[in-house]
Amino acid sequence: MKNNKVFISGDEAVAQGVRLSRPHVVAAYPITPQTITVERLSEMVEAGEMDAEYMHVESEHSAISATMGASAVGARTFTASSSQGLLYMAEGLHYCSGGRWPVVMMNANRSVALPWSIYGDQRDSLSLLDSGWIQVYVEDAQEALDMIIQAYKIAEHKDVLTPMMVNLDGFILTHTYELVEIPDQEMVDHFLPAFETPNKMSFENPKNLGFSSRPDDNTEFKYQQNEAMFNAIDVIHKTDKDFADMFGRKYHGMVEEYMCEDADVVLVALGSVCGTVRVVIDKMRAEGKKVGLLKIRYMRPFPVEEVKDLAKRVKAIGVIDKDISFGYEGTVYTNVNSAISQIDKYVFKSNFVGGLGGRDITKAEIEDMYNKLYAGLENKSEETVEFFSLNVESND
Amino acid sequence: MKEIRWHGRGGQGGFTASRLLGIAASVHGGKHALAFPSFGPERRGAPVLAFTKIDETKIHDRSEVQESDFVVVMDETLIVPGFEKGIKPGACVLINTQDVSQYAEQLKDFELKGIDATSLAMEVLGRPITNTAMYGALAAASGLVSKEAAIASIHTEMKPKLAQLNEQIVEKAFELMNN
Repeated sequence: MKNNKVFISGDEAVAQGVRLSRPHVVAAYPITPQTITVERLSEMVEAGEMDAEYMHVESEHSAISATMGASAVGARTFTASSSQGLLYMAEGLHYCSGGRWPVVMMNANRSVALPWSIYGDQRDSLSLLDSGWIQVYVEDAQEALDMIIQAYKIAEHKDVLTPMMVNLDGFILTHTYELVEIPDQEMVDHFLPAFETPNKMSFENPKNLGFSSRPDDNTEFKYQQNEAMFNAIDVIHKTDKDFADMFGRKYHGMVEEYMCEDADVVLVALGSVCGTVRVVIDKMRAEGKKVGLLKIRYMRPFPVEEVKDLAKRVKAIGVIDKDISFGYEGTVYTNVNSAISQIDKYVFKSNFVGGLGGRDITKAEIEDMYNKLYAGLENKSEETVEFFSLNVESND
Repeated sequence: MKEIRWHGRGGQGGFTASRLLGIAASVHGGKHALAFPSFGPERRGAPVLAFTKIDETKIHDRSEVQESDFVVVMDETLIVPGFEKGIKPGACVLINTQDVSQYAEQLKDFELKGIDATSLAMEVLGRPITNTAMYGALAAASGLVSKEAAIASIHTEMKPKLAQLNEQIVEKAFELMNN
């Protein structure tokens, strides 16, 4: 097979993943730092490189509405957003998951106003964990491209039929150029057959879709949605394996462990910062420190079993949150903590909140987190929640 | 890992140069690279930075560049107080200038190199677009990528007619730096 490696940005990698997945309809409203993706897609449609309808919509709310409508008639659909745009879609996100329309979306993770900020953190998508969408977070541009293709396979699976959001960090991934292998179209076609859905709106087989419910049956709809999300776990693993068999790249499903086999102290993180954590681990391992990383790939469905399994093996767990749920703690930490509480063992836990509004997370800061986890473990401390590298006086 | 910092003004093509270097190192050089601009809105004429990271293995480090191994200055008016921050002692600083000696005092901790990229660009392109001249000069001075890879990256990125002119610029930049 010919070497098809190109030097492109994360946004462009997403656009390539979408092109290869052959959606029928793309509807999106541009917003920094997602813009390049939708520009490329509109160019590809215009140039005839994609046989898709590019719907020019006046807002993100319309984008999600248009993709839902198209999905209802059996079309494969794509949309993309970020930050305020994603939040403007929020009403539609619930509608879409409740309608069981497997729309695939790219979200460029970006901070949420106020203060107004175009830079990256993960407060946008994490605030929508309860919207019923599968959420995956990627670490580099190749994973972004590959996960768009996988997303259709997972979302459209008959046991899942749930929309999926592929999250990549704004600027750090969307605007960084790197080497990306473009999969062969024929192989993608083989991996990802045409979309078939039992919930199709058609004249041949008329159905009532997008209806209302009464108190005596609403709970059952929500129960089934929840079951579908749990069904996704097996589908995610199988899709990862099938993808690896065909394309040679494996992402390990719900989570990826790095140097956790014999680790005492582990950091848990999402997205691009995982890469920097790996570099710090290599340095500290060379100094004899038994440190590791749990890269959470899926926030919904949540990798409860994987977190419990890790917690049984290690002594201290720190969670990096590029997010804060005001009045409590980071949302990733809340989720991780809930899983850890299911095992009967003392694990020192700490939540490191930072990297907000685009602030760099440095190798020195990550090393400092590991050292704090060692110190907390030695002192048998209670859990701690801190904003790291804070430039104002902390009340703690 | 080698980290390169590019100084230019919005519209001068500094980010394009950072990408060309990434393409030469990775697509044509068998190494790994990341190229990224200083994130955020850009304006024509305003000072902008771009960065390239190059390594033999896949680059996982997504943190900002803190200590550059090479610095390229496409517009010498950008050498202002504080410029020297974030550059490794002994690092190569390559400046588009007619007289590099004027910076000997301010930048005494670094290995200074100069090239009159503006004259070179005017000679070949008829316009003061210096990004490929500086790119060629960096490739020649640093050995980060070969001349062949540098030229190949230009053909990967640019349309044929523009690529021909910029190939000439890279050739001449190599000649000037090697003299």
